[in-house]
Amino acid sequence: MDPQWLDIGPVDQLPTMGARTLPVRGGREIAIFRTANGGVHALANQCPHKAGPLSQGIVHDTTVTCPLHNWRISLITGEALGEDKGCVPVIPVKIDGGRILIGRAAALAGVM
Amino acid sequence: MNKPGLVVIGNGMAGCRAVEEILARDGDRFAITIFGAEPRVNYNRIMLSPLLAGEKSFDDIVINDHAWYTDNGIELVAGDAVVAIDRAARTVTARSGRVALYDKLLLATGSDPFIIPVPGHDLSGVVTFRDMDDVGAMLRAASAGTEAVVIGGGLLGLEAAHGLSLRGMKVTVLHLMPTLMERQLDEAAGWLLKAELESRGQTIITGADTAEIHGQGKVEGVRLKDGRDIPASLVVMAVGIRPNVKLAREAGLAIGRGIHVDDHLVTSDADVLAVGECVEHMGQIYGLVAPLWEMCRALADGLVATPSGYGGSVTSTKLKVSGIDVFSAGDFGGGDGCEDIVLRDAARGVYKRVVVKGDRLIGAVLYGDTQDGNWYFDLLKKGEDVADIRDALIFGQAFALGGGASANPNAAVAAMPGDGEICGCNGVSKARIVGAIEGGSVTLDAVRACTKASASCGSCTGLVEGLLAITLGDDYGGERAAPTICKCSSFTHEDVRRLIVEKALKAIPEVMQALHWTTPDGCSSCRPALNYYLLCAWPGEFVDDNQSRFVNERMHANIQKDGTYSVVPRMWGGVTNPRELRAIADVAEKYQARMVKVTGGQRLDIFGIKKEDLPAVWADLNAAGMVSGHAYAKALRTVKTCVGSEWCRFGTQDSTGLGIQTEKMTWGSFMPHKFKIAVSGCPRNCAEATIKDFGVICVDSGYELSIGGNGGIKLRGTDFLVKVATEQEALDYCAAFIQLYREEARYLDRTAPWVERVGLDYIKGRIVEDAAGREALTARFHYSQQFMQDDPWAKRAAGEDAKLHQHIAEIRPTRRVLEPA
Repeated sequence: MDPQWLDIGPVDQLPTMGARTLPVRGGREIAIFRTANGGVHALANQCPHKAGPLSQGIVHDTTVTCPLHNWRISLITGEALGEDKGCVPVIPVKIDGGRILIGRAAALAGVM
Repeated sequence: MNKPGLVVIGNGMAGCRAVEEILARDGDRFAITIFGAEPRVNYNRIMLSPLLAGEKSFDDIVINDHAWYTDNGIELVAGDAVVAIDRAARTVTARSGRVALYDKLLLATGSDPFIIPVPGHDLSGVVTFRDMDDVGAMLRAASAGTEAVVIGGGLLGLEAAHGLSLRGMKVTVLHLMPTLMERQLDEAAGWLLKAELESRGQTIITGADTAEIHGQGKVEGVRLKDGRDIPASLVVMAVGIRPNVKLAREAGLAIGRGIHVDDHLVTSDADVLAVGECVEHMGQIYGLVAPLWEMCRALADGLVATPSGYGGSVTSTKLKVSGIDVFSAGDFGGGDGCEDIVLRDAARGVYKRVVVKGDRLIGAVLYGDTQDGNWYFDLLKKGEDVADIRDALIFGQAFALGGGASANPNAAVAAMPGDGEICGCNGVSKARIVGAIEGGSVTLDAVRACTKASASCGSCTGLVEGLLAITLGDDYGGERAAPTICKCSSFTHEDVRRLIVEKALKAIPEVMQALHWTTPDGCSSCRPALNYYLLCAWPGEFVDDNQSRFVNERMHANIQKDGTYSVVPRMWGGVTNPRELRAIADVAEKYQARMVKVTGGQRLDIFGIKKEDLPAVWADLNAAGMVSGHAYAKALRTVKTCVGSEWCRFGTQDSTGLGIQTEKMTWGSFMPHKFKIAVSGCPRNCAEATIKDFGVICVDSGYELSIGGNGGIKLRGTDFLVKVATEQEALDYCAAFIQLYREEARYLDRTAPWVERVGLDYIKGRIVEDAAGREALTARFHYSQQFMQDDPWAKRAAGEDAKLHQHIAEIRPTRRVLEPA
């Protein structure tokens, strides 16, 4: 067992230009995104604005647009883009051998 | 005196190149023996595809002929693979039993094709594409059969497919990922490649997951997990390669994905070196030729000269895929602080994208014109500051360094002669455009209307705007009469809709390429709009792009502020019955809905449903005969009715019945925005028909039809359209009006602002005064409805897109085990 990473499944389970969710402690979720270029990113699944589920937004380039009020959030930094101000936690994630590995500590502790 | 012995395992490109490098530095140091598994001299593996295609012969692709081995005193043991290494005894043993002693051992075992372990992968007729023997097997199969399947749409697979096509086979390429060559190309370039290969007669299926290869004793076909079956007498497995580390593992050397080597290509044993595709250096493995050459140089330096050290390779890919030029380098995945510069030239079939981060070029993808690939790669490797040439970077080296990159982007167009052509599509010169501007065409739209410049493909829009700025100076505000579709494009909604039809554009990436989108994959404004415009323009042909749908239309339910969903089943004309009500009540209890609410459109809305429960909720509602109410969609929402002549003492006509007929006709039709209808049985108007998109008020002598009402932020009463005598006419006018709105309004325009913009007279002209036009609109609406009227809930309840409703995995801390969904 890798102490740092947690295998959450094959990367082909992620829709391109879409996202799926991983429930964590405290009833919260991590959203795992896949961009058009195959990049994989993970954020806490709540918009810094009104906690909208970012996993349900439209993914374009390395940005997701929140489904509730169209805030644009960087998948890389978790920062709101444009005029909006706010930040959502970024969860470490990587692809290895076609598997999605997520930061074990963040996944088990739950996201704040 | 005896020279120390160097034994090389692997007579391929890496092994022989390393030997060449060693000989070049010190031709006399070692007694060299090369073992090769194949019974032939070293040849250029990259050229296998021209060999397969019949464009070259084996002699053409030989790198080191027999004379080379002889002249350099190298003993070649070809066709006798090494099967064991004894590091203690410093020997290698070949399959024939032959043993060779070494002082230094070089592993150049390359890589093996990866075989996906589906049923039937071992049938006769299933081949890989890696060496001469594979080519021989493919050629034998090509002469015997007519249909081939290539599994894998990466470089190797596409080369194999190209070769087999040229041999006259009908080739189908199956690729698991959504776009071809996704490691080397971005989505836009991958899509262009697919379109080009398809136009040459290959069949390309992306997102194709192979279930099995079937046949009696030999291959007869390939079955996909979605049930499709593709007949084939030859299956080429080209899904990827993995480093061949078998010998190294058995000899106890340190390995990861490849054989671990240091900067001098030395393995965990100081007397054993390794080079090429079989090695892992600083966590990287390489499958391209350029890094391999760099490794060979460092290896020879370390072994016989002054150690230089291999520092890893930055790779670029410049290839001809089936004769099409593609190039990529660096990181084009985007990222924080990264900025894309995109240039598309649809006429030449060119797509270029460079990625800039903090004044440095970090990635590039080129399709169709790779002339500047090396320049970009050079800028990237050297990490040069590109701030000064940034604006001209995308136009290539000649332009950027030839002074085209002056600080004022308008300088280039200012310097053009008057007879210089600005708009290639319509042959418009600079002088003519300047003349038009001076003649009073002071906006882009006016110039387009007056001269047609930039009105076709739009790629010269920037130049025309430059001329406006130069000619008008401070008077040019840059405003457009009609807004562009979004920041990704210089086209208006109307332009995009017109060009989709004129140029027969049928996919989102195709529109983006043909209309010179400035972003690689659009944004959350243009993607849903394009998806709708294509769906409207090509009913029955266009395949909906789920990822370009807003959440509600993707999930077929209304997202609420807490991330749960509300579910509204359709109640035709607002009429329900005990069976439906029981089913709704049962669903509300079973899935712990937190509220059930009567909506303004005479429906019941079930609130607080979790996304995981949606398919089960829909299955229960379907079982009671109910379908999606599309309460979430830019589509027909509800037809609200009053009880009409059947019950009401004032009712003049059967408003409920007409409402139900209208809803049965219009449900499921996607539109620019939501669309509401009401039918009132008398002028008392209990169904509030005069604030709907389409309203019917029944009177004794017939039906008064009105349009463009809205009860939203800005209250707008309907405009009277026409009075008709029969229900059928009311239905026909309704269909015609909806189709006109579907075909001409901008995405996210409700009917009210649209009617105000185009004017009631225009709509009357199209629908009331032009009977033939009305009938044509009605017919187009009904044609489109054939493809629209299937219940999305039923498909989801049956398991379609199940992933959308499931978590990817569940963490169970007690067992510390993860179950993939």
